Amino acid sequence: MDTLASLFAILDATLRVSAPLILAAMAGLYSERSGIVDISLEGKMLASAFAAGAVAALSGSAWPALGAGIMVGIALGLVHGFACITHRGNQVVSGLAINILASGLTVVLGIAWFSQGGQTPSLASEARFMPLELPFADAAQVIPIIGPFYHDVISGHNFLVYVAWLAVLATWWVVYRTRFGLRLRAVGENPLAVDTAGLSVSGLRYRAVIICGALAGVAGTYLSIAQNAAFVREMTAGQGYIALAALIFGKWKPLPAMLACLMFGFLDALAIRLQGVELPLIGEVPVQAIQALPYVLTVILLAGFIGRAIAPKAVGIPYLKER
Amino acid sequence: MAICHRDYDTGEVALTTSPKSTEATESINSTDTSAVAGSDAQYAIELRGITKRFGAVRANQDIDLRVRRGTIHGIVGENGAGKSTLMSILYGFYQADSGQIFINGKAVNIHNSRDAIAAGIGMVHQHFMLVDTFSVLENVMLGAEEHALLSHCAADARTELQRLADEFQLSVHVDSLIADLPVGEQQRTEILKALYRQAEILILDEPTGVLTPQEADQLFRVLTSLKERGVTIILITHKLREIMDITDTVSVLRLGEMVSHLNTVDTSMSELAELMVGRKLETRSFHRDEPLPTDTPAGIEVCELGVVDQTGKTRLKDLSFEVKRGEILGVAGVAGNGQSMLLEVLAGISAPSTGHVIVNGQISTAEKPIGPSQMRTLKVHHVPEDRLKLGLVKAFTAAESSVLGYQRSIQFNLRGLLQLDTIRKACRRLMERFDVRPGDPKLKSASFSGGNQQKLILARELEKLPEVLLVGQPTRGVDIGAIELIHEKIVEMRDSGCAVLLVSVELDEIMALADRIVVMYEGQIVAEVNGRDANKTQLGLMMANAHQNAAA
Repeated sequence: MDTLASLFAILDATLRVSAPLILAAMAGLYSERSGIVDISLEGKMLASAFAAGAVAALSGSAWPALGAGIMVGIALGLVHGFACITHRGNQVVSGLAINILASGLTVVLGIAWFSQGGQTPSLASEARFMPLELPFADAAQVIPIIGPFYHDVISGHNFLVYVAWLAVLATWWVVYRTRFGLRLRAVGENPLAVDTAGLSVSGLRYRAVIICGALAGVAGTYLSIAQNAAFVREMTAGQGYIALAALIFGKWKPLPAMLACLMFGFLDALAIRLQGVELPLIGEVPVQAIQALPYVLTVILLAGFIGRAIAPKAVGIPYLKER
Repeated sequence: MAICHRDYDTGEVALTTSPKSTEATESINSTDTSAVAGSDAQYAIELRGITKRFGAVRANQDIDLRVRRGTIHGIVGENGAGKSTLMSILYGFYQADSGQIFINGKAVNIHNSRDAIAAGIGMVHQHFMLVDTFSVLENVMLGAEEHALLSHCAADARTELQRLADEFQLSVHVDSLIADLPVGEQQRTEILKALYRQAEILILDEPTGVLTPQEADQLFRVLTSLKERGVTIILITHKLREIMDITDTVSVLRLGEMVSHLNTVDTSMSELAELMVGRKLETRSFHRDEPLPTDTPAGIEVCELGVVDQTGKTRLKDLSFEVKRGEILGVAGVAGNGQSMLLEVLAGISAPSTGHVIVNGQISTAEKPIGPSQMRTLKVHHVPEDRLKLGLVKAFTAAESSVLGYQRSIQFNLRGLLQLDTIRKACRRLMERFDVRPGDPKLKSASFSGGNQQKLILARELEKLPEVLLVGQPTRGVDIGAIELIHEKIVEMRDSGCAVLLVSVELDEIMALADRIVVMYEGQIVAEVNGRDANKTQLGLMMANAHQNAAA
């Protein structure tokens, strides 16, 4: 039963680690499906993590912190939108600028406000999103396998992990089942068709970057006040880019993108688990090698599979009514 | 059930028809009620004094147009005459600098496509405005969904779409993806899109350019039946045959101005052509008066030439011919029978696999092929078939495009630095001599019309006084005025002793220009005829490689 328990532990960690990736990937999905490349997921997450950490420290409550994280995400989304939609700027450059801005500004403001080397103060548990026990988790433990699975893996996560799962379902529903989704997909494929159908290309794209900012804000908030108990400088550590990779990997579709996030999360969880473990034949694997594993696999998988991913046709191209 | 997507907010748009169950024809009877002072309501569209400038370019100048309801009105004009600009103004893509638009006798302001749709205008663009990854149904619904949830409106939309498709014989596969459909069906989807939005005025911009003749016939049947139901149709085209076949009235645009409004029955193709270009067009035959003396030297010789491509497919097989100096050899054939490859080999872009090509005493073989720049030094010059792919770089200025291939010549290049002034001056000179309009070397190559791009490329190559001139599809997508000039220039080269190889899928062109004609079929030459004796039927049979059977 020990292997099962450790497997559950890895799966449990997988869900925990992949939640911000899933949120960020869904954020990117809205933006990219509307035709706006968003490499600024990283910066939005970082800035939101800081905002959430700071507000949680000051207010002592998680909910205003979540609000702050979302607002900062939306604000940066609007900056990106203003540069890329209104002024038809280069989307990668704008995204990069946001990332650099977030990276610098969080540390500067952190030092200025909290004087802890760019960190925000450690949070008490009431200022964080703490693990929730789902109904019947204890009672269900008597059922073999499914019971412990429910108790150990599904239950016991914080609120935002469940939000991440719901975000996937909601995104799928919005993109494929609503009028907004139809228009969103259309504007990323052929904005001219959307324009001639009497719809506003800019309006649709702004809505997309706002949703994107809000979700990236939740992802950032997760990092500082749910997964950890403070904002730490550069705490996103490339997760925004990983989410973007997962999105591409999942061919800009909600469920496959979520699976890709889970895979990356699983590799991450596995890496943590494998540290200091003797493997047959190989012996003890250096920590660094294990930690590099998810990234190496990412490169290999992306190199091997990305060729088959077809991006929304208009992604990255500013919309201009041409003569 | 009522599908009402119109935005009547503007208040200026008042339609005479519409609960959707009403047949379009009833609207004609009800027009009297809508008569408004200022304009006559029997006209579905009336334009007054529309002017539009792009910088210094006057795209539309003081345009007046009236189209009676329930008729088909043609607008003809050369490329760049301002047809598309005018229609874009009507569809809200551009705002006119001045002028007024009346729809059914009422003044309207059209700021964007939404306003145009609300005014009952539907447009079928030259390049379809469809989302490739969507189904026909989704494309038709887009922007006209009645409900925020697709499940609530898809069924109604499907019923309505099917009804329209049946009523107007616009057969489409409602659930197929656009990307999987032939162009004809994509176009029908565009028409359905407009009808679904209850368009009463349908504008079609060069609708037959992408269609096979059969598809074009079908389109015209659809347009006729739409007209019978009271829809007003504006057909923009430069194909005069279509104007004569289907329109009731026709307007001619030239250089941004309306030069004439005519009843189609009172005019003729030749009159329209003259109005379009603004002068008399002569139909001429360009054949040599005297046959060439038999000892005329060859400009280029091809011996048992064969090409096998990388996939192992035989592209050219056993070609042998020569082009004499002072002769135009026409290469006829259905597109894709090896003509393109032949041009590539002769221009040095591809190497022969077997056989050889002799130019100026130099031999190009499989072992030692002659490259394109060496071919140029041997005075072999090439006006490629696909001017946008091989002829120029769209993002370059005209001046830059006008030295492509010659950027290393000392004239333009001083130890690695381009002599921009010289290049610009040279380009201006070319533009003057070949009547390239607008004559601005700093303009992007992409902003010239097809005909002017072609003239620029031709100018670039002819300027070098070729001894062998290779020309592929010189008049594809080129307007009448430019065709004339291009043909003249080619014949001028022939008369000055250049060996010309002309590849074209236009039989009329080959028959008018070529002294000798060879016909290619599946990479081989299957027949040769004298240009003077050639007739269309015979060439047609040869192109299908059926002439021997027919003769037998």
